[in-house]
Amino acid sequence: MTAMKEIAVVAFSQSDCLPKAGAANEVELIMPQLRSVFEQVGLNNAQDVDFVCSGSCDYLQGAAFAFVAGVDALGAVPPIKESHVEMDAAWALYESILKIRMGQADSALIYGFAKASSGELPIVLSQQLDPYYLAPLWVDSVSLAAMQARLLIEKGLASERSMAEVVARARKHALDNAHAQARGEVSVESLLAAETVVSPLRESDCAPVADGASAMIICTVEKAREWGVPYARISGIDHRIETHNLGMRDLTDSPSTRLAAEGAGMQHGPVEVAELYAPFSHQEIILSRALGLEPDTVISPSGGAMAGNLMMASGLSRVGEVFRRIISADITRGIAHATSGPCLQHNLVAVLEKG
Amino acid sequence: MSEEKEAVTGMEAPIYLQYNFTAGSAPARFLKRIREGVLTGQRCPRCANVYIPPRGSCPACGVATEEEVELPDKATVQSFTVVAIPIPNNPIKPPFVIANLVLDGANISFIHLMSECENADVHIGQRVQAVWKPESEWTYAMDNIRYFRPIAEPDVPVDMIGKLPITGWEGQG
Repeated sequence: MTAMKEIAVVAFSQSDCLPKAGAANEVELIMPQLRSVFEQVGLNNAQDVDFVCSGSCDYLQGAAFAFVAGVDALGAVPPIKESHVEMDAAWALYESILKIRMGQADSALIYGFAKASSGELPIVLSQQLDPYYLAPLWVDSVSLAAMQARLLIEKGLASERSMAEVVARARKHALDNAHAQARGEVSVESLLAAETVVSPLRESDCAPVADGASAMIICTVEKAREWGVPYARISGIDHRIETHNLGMRDLTDSPSTRLAAEGAGMQHGPVEVAELYAPFSHQEIILSRALGLEPDTVISPSGGAMAGNLMMASGLSRVGEVFRRIISADITRGIAHATSGPCLQHNLVAVLEKG
Repeated sequence: MSEEKEAVTGMEAPIYLQYNFTAGSAPARFLKRIREGVLTGQRCPRCANVYIPPRGSCPACGVATEEEVELPDKATVQSFTVVAIPIPNNPIKPPFVIANLVLDGANISFIHLMSECENADVHIGQRVQAVWKPESEWTYAMDNIRYFRPIAEPDVPVDMIGKLPITGWEGQG
């Protein structure tokens, strides 16, 4: 039996988080990020990797098979091996890792993109709920998150103040993130002074809607050495999902995140950085507890999703942010988390380590 | 025993979502020119193929197409079909011809209508030219061209379709 191939991240790029990307279409959002990752490794186009996988959601674009248009950004002549997930591109990363570990590829390009500003995002997301009981009620994503936050507060696990503290810290971290949409020094008091939009959530508790894309190249460790580029190893990755029935879940906890972290091997070393995909402030509190993070772990030094929430790309970007910190020698080990579905239904955890 | 209830065998849950569709920066430049009655393609900096309508990238090479190329309104039939079935809300009465047409100087086809011809006479390689709506009716749409009609030029051999220069077919010498 041969040992499983070790996976290396060798390139990452993310666009600015724009409230509205103007006239640009999805291909135009993707192309600069692909150019950037190709240049980081010295590749020409998608012909130079063995596999391509993207993450996007046709509901965000409002057109069936809209993701196919994204292939125009790749250089897919002659034909390439290409796949797609109707999910955040963190799951495209997962599929690509499986592809490499099965020995069917030595390298892969992954990208995620969305122009979420085209539709009314909280309403569009209501259509990801179960189609019989919840989707026909048009329960929007902000209302569901507010319900979750309320449960958390009533259980004494969070307060409006502790949620505002999450926002203030995220925006402060985002001062160092050139692509962030929401950044700056802001006091908890000034955040709490604002009215709630869906109680107990204030606008600041909800990640701002953003347009953009991110891209990544991964490969085997051998290939990374052959290319002669700095890399970070993905030493583990796992994802778990909870029932679609919100009434059967404990919304104040995230057992799927905990299981994914265990599966990915988070517990086998220190966690210097945890990039968490928490589109609502209270969800960061849930995730930190579920993961059992120590006080010395820096949470989302990029500002996380609160600094700009690129639908279908933010999960991949969390992995990319940990990668960037490892190759710049800021840290030697960190975890990245991605989420999907209402109230943190589906969660992925990846562990990244210095090569 | 509770009294028996009729089984639910179906439910209706229609979805209505509204979107602000944007064509894209490159298509927007194309639409702006067609509003002025000008057909503008974009050339790939790598393989030199010209795309119309442009989407902003060369799908073959995966690079942005920046250079704009003004194209004539003469084209060649690459393929076609005779539509015999009425399409709901379509004012055009069948049978009519829709064709994949390649403009001179372009390397990719688009779909448009053909008219002023016998449907049975339409064939691959046939030369056609745009019949435009009156200028007062021009808008940001390919509909500014009412249809394409055949012109008296010799057929283009199949292996030459999509490879003609901007100067056209007669310019082949």
